Amino acid sequence: MTLFETTILKKSGLTPDSGLASAASSRANIFNMSQAAEQAVLRPEDCGAFGHDLRAALAARVARQAGEDALADHYASAAGDKAGLADPGVSDADQGHILTFVDKVANQTRDVAAEDISGLQAAGVSDADVVRLCELVAFLAYQTRVIAGLRLMQGTAG
Amino acid sequence: MNRVLHKFTRNVPDWQPRVTPVKLDEATPEQLEALQVTPSNTKVSDYVLTLAHDVESLAVRSPLFNAIMYDPGGMSRAERELGALAASMVNRCIYCAAVHASRHAQLEKDTTITDELFARGENADLTARDRAIFDFARKSAEAPPAAGPTDMYALRNAGLSDAEILDLILSSALFGWANRLMHVLGDPVRKETGA
Repeated sequence: MTLFETTILKKSGLTPDSGLASAASSRANIFNMSQAAEQAVLRPEDCGAFGHDLRAALAARVARQAGEDALADHYASAAGDKAGLADPGVSDADQGHILTFVDKVANQTRDVAAEDISGLQAAGVSDADVVRLCELVAFLAYQTRVIAGLRLMQGTAG
Repeated sequence: MNRVLHKFTRNVPDWQPRVTPVKLDEATPEQLEALQVTPSNTKVSDYVLTLAHDVESLAVRSPLFNAIMYDPGGMSRAERELGALAASMVNRCIYCAAVHASRHAQLEKDTTITDELFARGENADLTARDRAIFDFARKSAEAPPAAGPTDMYALRNAGLSDAEILDLILSSALFGWANRLMHVLGDPVRKETGA
């Protein structure tokens, strides 16, 4: 994958002939490491309780909430039969506690409290899976904001 | 007994995990390898041991974090800290805000800016350049991200280059990530000394 094929540059619309190409190239290591992070968070070898399809659905959901529709589509296409959860309006009987937590960490970060973690633990989510879920949502917070910022820099923001 | 902190401070607190960290003597070879890439490899913090539960993420995040905050060129280190601090204030990550306010004060050899920010938040009295940096990072950290063209023009009008603006985008966004680990997975605490 070349620098300009990384998800962040691609979804921000930044191309090799862009005026910002040289600034982006000077931080190529960062965009390449960000891509490695996407791989580790979305498609890890050790998934814990969250398979690749569910991770993709949750990532799409968070991207949609952040207003990053192109990124949301990118992830939703890998969500298989979990794709319904990518719709922020959807809740789910089996995954309700997961969706509630994901939505709160993504969008009401400052209000997250100890009870949110103990609630997951009481619902049978292991500590390792709590950390995995936080990393997924937290990475998406980063990725959506870099894409939004680069789009603003290019003056193409709506 | 530990007291949980709720107010911003530059005096870096302890961090108390809400989940049980990985025990070093039970760590897998992959976890041990990832733990070595962290800055403090003599004594591993509870925070890093907590993140070791997701070792694949930890292994890629540590070098990415260091590159965004410390690689040469582009924005000054102090201004990257200001971007990190703005996000941490929005997300009320007391621990992250303390670490990055204290780094900003050390790098600037001056506590005025961070005193002002902790006292008056977004109404702080800042130079035009710091104002543009803080406002862009603060609005970017909102959910959904709320920075707009006006905020981008303010950065350019304050004299920031493309390389500097890119570093600001990266450092403030990075704390969208870090805050959602540090603030969600644990509490900032201070040991109560016996009364």
